[in-house]
Amino acid sequence: MNQVISQNGQNHTGGMKELISFRIGAQEFCVDIMAIREIRGWTAATALPQSPSFVRGVINLRGAVLPIVDLASRLGFESTEANDRNVIIVAQIGEQVVGLLVDAVSDILTITDDMIQPTPDVASETAKTFVRGLIPMEGRMISLIGLERVLPDMELEAA
Amino acid sequence: MDALAAIRDVFFQECEEQLAELESGLLAMEGGDTDPETINAVFRAVHSIKGGAGAFSLEALIRFAHVFETALDEMRSGRLAASSDVLKIMLRAADVLADLVRAARADEDGQHPHAATLADELKAMSGQAGDSDETEEDWGDFEFQPMAAAMDAPEAAPAGPTGFKVTFKPRTDLYAKANEAALLLRELARVGTTEVELDAHDVPPLHEMDPEAAYLSWIITVTGDADEASIREVFEWVDGDCELTIEPIGGEAAGEDAGEAAFDLSALLARVQGDAPAEAAPEPEAPVAFEPIAEAPIAAPTPVVAAAPAPVTPPAAANEASADGPAGAGQRKSDAAAAGATIRVDLDRVDRLIDLVGELVINQAVLAQRVMEAGLARASAVAMGLDELEQLTREIQDSVMAIRAQPVKSVFQRMPRLVREVAAMTGKPVRLVTEGEGTEVDKTVIERLADPLTHMIRNAIDHGLESPEKRAAAGKPAEGVVRLSAAHRSGRIVIEVADDGGGINRERVKSIAIEKGLIGAEAALSDEEIDNLIFMPGFSTASEVSDISGRGVGMDVVRRSIQALGGRITITSRPGKGSTFTMSLPLTLAVLDGMVVSVEGQTLVAPITAIIETLQPKAEDVHSLGGHARVISIRGGFVPLIDVGMALGYRREPLPATQGVALLIEGEGGSRAALLCDAIQGQRQVVIKSLEANYRQVPGVAAATILGDGRVALILDIDTIVTVSRGDMRKAG
Repeated sequence: MNQVISQNGQNHTGGMKELISFRIGAQEFCVDIMAIREIRGWTAATALPQSPSFVRGVINLRGAVLPIVDLASRLGFESTEANDRNVIIVAQIGEQVVGLLVDAVSDILTITDDMIQPTPDVASETAKTFVRGLIPMEGRMISLIGLERVLPDMELEAA
Repeated sequence: MDALAAIRDVFFQECEEQLAELESGLLAMEGGDTDPETINAVFRAVHSIKGGAGAFSLEALIRFAHVFETALDEMRSGRLAASSDVLKIMLRAADVLADLVRAARADEDGQHPHAATLADELKAMSGQAGDSDETEEDWGDFEFQPMAAAMDAPEAAPAGPTGFKVTFKPRTDLYAKANEAALLLRELARVGTTEVELDAHDVPPLHEMDPEAAYLSWIITVTGDADEASIREVFEWVDGDCELTIEPIGGEAAGEDAGEAAFDLSALLARVQGDAPAEAAPEPEAPVAFEPIAEAPIAAPTPVVAAAPAPVTPPAAANEASADGPAGAGQRKSDAAAAGATIRVDLDRVDRLIDLVGELVINQAVLAQRVMEAGLARASAVAMGLDELEQLTREIQDSVMAIRAQPVKSVFQRMPRLVREVAAMTGKPVRLVTEGEGTEVDKTVIERLADPLTHMIRNAIDHGLESPEKRAAAGKPAEGVVRLSAAHRSGRIVIEVADDGGGINRERVKSIAIEKGLIGAEAALSDEEIDNLIFMPGFSTASEVSDISGRGVGMDVVRRSIQALGGRITITSRPGKGSTFTMSLPLTLAVLDGMVVSVEGQTLVAPITAIIETLQPKAEDVHSLGGHARVISIRGGFVPLIDVGMALGYRREPLPATQGVALLIEGEGGSRAALLCDAIQGQRQVVIKSLEANYRQVPGVAAATILGDGRVALILDIDTIVTVSRGDMRKAG
């Protein structure tokens, strides 16, 4: 990776970063491309009992059992109406591999760290939990998502 | 450091194998095996453990192995008769040796409570049988020359001599087996302070020199803490390939040798120079680092840890030669001829292969289904090619599964010791008979079999067998027999533990069960049902908790662990003749026999081991208890009827019982329930896939599997479903 040392006196480094952006409804989001293993079409999932509504179930990914998280529902939007046009982004989160159901993948963005603006202090818990920053891009706003807490927490289970 | 740790690991792995070899050899001898190869194998096992232990300085282990080895050597040479008493002590010694190995593995090179006493017994045995103790070190060498026989008492008090004079003359063979004199001398320097003199008197003129022969010898004076045993140990692996004498300094022979041995390097140099142009003077300056040029082609390339055994050496000697003295650690190969050609493979790699083949099987099934859907005729070339592919994939799957399969021997082998211990504790003479040790089953199954088997054998001796007096009164031989057998039967492994004791005392079992409230006082039970009461939780027959089997766990725990393996356990008992426990287990934990059912559009798999029967509920048999709680009457008894769709939250309204199919299951602790499903699709073997790997545990779901259509199906966790449904109304949602 090309390390670009910023000269503007703020004394921080801005590495080049590649992100995958995708759409959920009218919103655009992106995640670090390094976490993405593959992108595949929608296949019907087997529902899991006793699971939060944003967990769509599990599918067979070449012999592995892959949980599918409806990212729209997870982020607090209207849940995605799954159909053939939807895609599953297969992401590595820690030791686990998880499928993220989104409407469509739109682009691969190359940005530098200093293009990421901090999330404004909004009341929404989901925003605080998942949004790592905002990226202005050609007049649009893209939210950078952190995937660490996409899967249901243990606290939720205890509730 | 890591390399050493790895070698250490290998050493302990091999120790386990050697210990197993040792025990089975001793048992064979106890059973009347007089084959000299058996005692040789036993001897080799102990010798190898000792050798490896030496490399890691495991003092307690070395000491005990040494004494044990000495006694075995006496037996090997025929000076100690392999009587049954002697073998009993040997077997106990083998147990202690196993304990010491385990202690060493856990880094506790400490004292074993019985080590000292047994060592004394062993010493006493070997002492009585003869006093030529020295031969203990020459076990593998049949052409041993009794050079060292002048010495008495190898375990001579370390306080004795202040030092030793070691005369070491390698023979050609030593180099031919890729040993290296310089390494030995270096190792010796670790034992104590050494002064090394090279004796090159025998070096011929250069033109007469055989390039592969050994001409040099050394005289080493060792002072310091060294005792004779530790010096001898340095030369252990070359014993027989060298002339070796070890004498305490001040001993009678010391004087003359010392005079003779004085070596004048310059004199030799002069000789060499006189005889030939000094183009290839074979001596470097320092004798310790001396590497005869002549021997270089053989000796020089391999002063490394794992020297391969020289292919021409006889088996016994090969064992020695393969481990190169001090550094040779755990690299010994067990007798290649006996063990067959094997390789050690990391288990992860095998598992990865098994996973991949599992995926291949699923993929093949998906493909086959697609081809069918495409409307191709069964006789078309594509369909026929697919059939062949299917056969091949099945064969690959079987072969890959076979890699993980291991003979049950590894767990059966632990039992003789257990029997000895329990027999000693209960004072009942017991003979253990094992059959079908070669029966193979998945490694994981074997590992998880040890505990239940241990428990059942304890039980068989403690509760099953009568006391010797009672046996005598019943006209049976005083020695009880516990039979442990394994066999393959219709795709499963069947393991039996049988005793020839008094059988189950049904009167007593029944009265205890009534007393403990497990059954009603007037329950009419068949003999079989009474026998099976012992599997009920909270049942324990011994009126006072005995030391052996009364450890707070009963047969219910055994049954649970067998069920956890996907197995079943049953008992048959004949009064006065004994009882037999029969366990039937799947050959692998990677697949499961399942009943495929559908519930509210979902395909689910129920483990067949838990299912007793399936039935079509009739309206008159189903009774509502208010709310959604229902019971179904089956042959006069009532069992809860659980709607699987409700229990898993697939539907909010219960399915009318008559529209579904009920699986009568027996859960943990023998409680029964009927699971209501929409329909049964059929039985099949499914590959178990973890749900936790990428997600987390889901209540009511044990695991997942992938069906022929490529979709994921969930495997039901029957116990959880029953428990959850038994509790008060689950929170909806």
